[in-house]
Amino acid sequence: MTRAAVLTISDVWKSFPGDTGPIEVLRGVSLDLPGGDTLALTGESGSGKSTLLHLAGALDAPNKGQVSVLGHATHGLGDSQRAALRRDHISVVFQQFNLIPSLNVRDNISFQARLAGRGAPEWCATLADKLGLADHLTKFPEQLSGGQQQRVAIGRALAGRPALVLADEPTGNLDEATGDAVLDVMLYLVRETDAALLMVTHSKRVAGRMARRLHLRGGQLV
Amino acid sequence: MQLLTMVIGLALATALWSGVQAINAEARASYDQAARALGETQFTQLIPEEGNTIPTETFVALRRAGVLVSPLLEGRLQLDDENYQLVGFDALTAPMGLVPNEAQQQVDIVSFFAPPYQIIANPEDAGRIRGLTDATVIAVDTVSPGVLLTDLYAAQAMLVRGDEVSRLLLLPNQPRNGTPPDLKQLKLVARSPSQGNDISRLTGSFHLNLTAFGLLSFAVGLFIVHGTIGLAFEQRRGLFRTLRALGMPLRMLLVLLMVELLFVSLVAGGAGMVLGYVIASVLLPDVAATLRGLYGAEIDGTLSIRPIWWAAGMAIAVLGTAVAAAGSIAKIIRMPILAPAQPRAWALLSERRMWLQGILVLALLAVALIASQLQGLVAGFALLGGLLLAAALALPIILSLLLFLAQHLARAPIPSWFWADTRQQLPGLSLALMALLLALATNIGVGTMVGSFRTTFLGWLDQRLASELYVNARSNQEAEVLQSYLAPRADAVLPIWNIEARVAGLPAEIYGIIDHATYRDNWPLLEAADSVWQRVASGDGALVNEQLALRENLHPGDSLELPGAWQTIVAGIYSDYGNPNGQVIVGLDALVKRFPDLQRQRFGIRIAPDKARALARTIRDEFGLPAERIIHQAELKSFSVQIFERTFTVTAALNVLTLAVAGFAILTSLLTLSAMRAAQVAPLWAMGLTRRRLALLELLRSSALALMTLVLSIPVGILLAWVLLTVINVEAFGWRLPMRLYPTDWAWLALWSLIAAMLSAAWPAYLLSRKPPAELLKVFANER
Repeated sequence: MTRAAVLTISDVWKSFPGDTGPIEVLRGVSLDLPGGDTLALTGESGSGKSTLLHLAGALDAPNKGQVSVLGHATHGLGDSQRAALRRDHISVVFQQFNLIPSLNVRDNISFQARLAGRGAPEWCATLADKLGLADHLTKFPEQLSGGQQQRVAIGRALAGRPALVLADEPTGNLDEATGDAVLDVMLYLVRETDAALLMVTHSKRVAGRMARRLHLRGGQLV
Repeated sequence: MQLLTMVIGLALATALWSGVQAINAEARASYDQAARALGETQFTQLIPEEGNTIPTETFVALRRAGVLVSPLLEGRLQLDDENYQLVGFDALTAPMGLVPNEAQQQVDIVSFFAPPYQIIANPEDAGRIRGLTDATVIAVDTVSPGVLLTDLYAAQAMLVRGDEVSRLLLLPNQPRNGTPPDLKQLKLVARSPSQGNDISRLTGSFHLNLTAFGLLSFAVGLFIVHGTIGLAFEQRRGLFRTLRALGMPLRMLLVLLMVELLFVSLVAGGAGMVLGYVIASVLLPDVAATLRGLYGAEIDGTLSIRPIWWAAGMAIAVLGTAVAAAGSIAKIIRMPILAPAQPRAWALLSERRMWLQGILVLALLAVALIASQLQGLVAGFALLGGLLLAAALALPIILSLLLFLAQHLARAPIPSWFWADTRQQLPGLSLALMALLLALATNIGVGTMVGSFRTTFLGWLDQRLASELYVNARSNQEAEVLQSYLAPRADAVLPIWNIEARVAGLPAEIYGIIDHATYRDNWPLLEAADSVWQRVASGDGALVNEQLALRENLHPGDSLELPGAWQTIVAGIYSDYGNPNGQVIVGLDALVKRFPDLQRQRFGIRIAPDKARALARTIRDEFGLPAERIIHQAELKSFSVQIFERTFTVTAALNVLTLAVAGFAILTSLLTLSAMRAAQVAPLWAMGLTRRRLALLELLRSSALALMTLVLSIPVGILLAWVLLTVINVEAFGWRLPMRLYPTDWAWLALWSLIAAMLSAAWPAYLLSRKPPAELLKVFANER
């Protein structure tokens, strides 16, 4: 039985202003991502991967086309409705980790889940344990290595059991061994939570670990 | 933005400091000019050992003995409503430099010596007194305001002083064979020119107070500069490291940075000097009024541009920048080339730094404690400075603890993050908050001091000005006739007869009073011996004012020496606010017996208040006495209150300016930090907080910090007020005041501070609320 799409992107176009006129970054991109599915989005630098990820995460709006998350079209939503959609259903793992520097590991992991009203201390503790962070719960991001910080970011992304997890080069800043370890645990937890995962990556090896792979070139999927 | 912040911060700091210095320099120049006209700063003076005058025979005897001296007679001359210092000199014996050169060129020597005589005055005074005197008035720019120069004999006639002079100037080039005069025998004492003039000494405290305020404003401004330089250097740390890695020698890097700082400090210093000049020009009339009202010191109401002032102002701007930049420069010297960049390291108030700051707070408190055990105004300011700096340095520590507590009490995620994030922002804002604390504490402290002073002063005026009418007759004879006329028409006529004299080496007034219930019921006695009023009335005791008692450490029962070898006993001490001089009150009969020539023109009239106006009208009609010579109690009180209010206009203005600088410090800190805030708030936005909500939280953060700072500034302000009232005022002015608290004023200050903090945060918050998503997304961009 085909599962319902968590993320639907239909004929999306996106341009940014440039010195000599608008620069078309995405040109008619369409894709579906059902729950439990994992999709790798690859492409050269400047091919529009991150832009597509931001549109999927309701962080930005397309110039044309439609992005829907759990059936909610993001275009036409106000700032606060879009924020609520992000808070309740979407999590993003960034390459730069982007943790909250003033909060310790425990609070960073549980932050978005608590924001969405789904703070579950036991689940957060389980996540911390599975991510190998149990001994670092009272530490602050600056006191952690890059790999540890990325594991905190993954924990934060999954603590609220979101329907859609977006990951932008989550292992791009890590060495191969650390990157593999982080990826293992991430895929395991995504399976556990039955989330849909869209991952942007340069790495064919990392992309190979996903169920599906799509390549962006010149703003179009090939 | 940082460059602008630094320039504005330094310009404001320099402006307030140099403005105050310009006022002080102008006032001192006026005192020197006046003192030069009186020969006080150039020549040794012979002054009477006792009393206030020297017989002309003494002058003649000295000249005959071959001693080159020149006589001067000084006195207050009232023309119309104004009081002038009339100085009579002998043009034939006066030394060079006593009279301004311009005056010598304009004066006709024959007219100068002969009636109707000539008066030399500064153009403003000359315009005012023309027509009020028979003498020809000559305007000369270099004569001090309020000083009138004329021939000795003319002065004796105008002041109705007999054959006497006030002082003798000892000319510098005495004949070689001359024998030194026997001063003891002539009952004279020599005062060297280096001992300075009375006005300089009297006003010293006032100028020190102004200087202290200027210094405080400068320090607050330097907080801004220090913060900005620290942040600018920290943000360029990566660039410096790259330049060093590429081979740029450390020395060259430092030289370039110092040249950059020098350039900025010169530009900001120049702007600050212009602003300082404007501030000084605006404040000078009020300072002039204060000095006239409080000390009788006349200063010119216009500001001159002095090269030394410009040079000193620019030097302080450069020096201030150097001090503010020293820490950042030292960091660059110690910076390892290969160490990883820690862009947020500057913002982390490490435990070690907290400890160091804590130790510094304790050291400053120790300095304050030691200073509190010492005497003198400088020790008073050391106490004040120690306490204020300790409070400022303790602020981030206390705020950090409070925020830590708030974070752990918060249950929901946003409040928990809010307090934690505010705590993390603290190092970046702490300098501005310290400046705010200083400004608020100063505001509360000075406000409490002025308020306490005002309340005490008004109560004291009610006691002191008990008579319903005050009359100043045109002559002793007229006064006598008036008193006889009033005796059956008034409840009491109270003579106010006095002499000017030197008591314990400084100018003082000795008043004679009659024994009357008005004094017994109203006079504000601070300490008194038994049967104080009987002792005064019988001539066996004297009352001294608080200033004289504190200066000479006098208490009831101590012996007191008055001019004319008059030994008496201190019977009581009374408060005498607003008077810089010593004052003594003795029985009227005793005073008249020793000084039969004293002026007897003034007296107070006790009468039912509703009959006072009618009686005043009758006196004017019957005796043709000008209106200004009969003053109602209410008018005198209102005049006194007016002087009081003007006295603190400058303080209030500097208070507001310091608060404005602190407000600006918050604004600039927030604006500078806002550039770095995107990276910190973008993840929250990505997790579902709207930009509007984030902006509101930014507003709330500034308000919360301002409110906490305000709450902490209240005890600091009260402590400051206590030091001002019990230490600084006593040392500077010689009077103690009870402290009164004004919580309503604090509530208003809290409201204004919150509004200022919210306004300061409003623009950065607005920028955040309008930040396009594309800008926030840059934070997450991989290919940066």
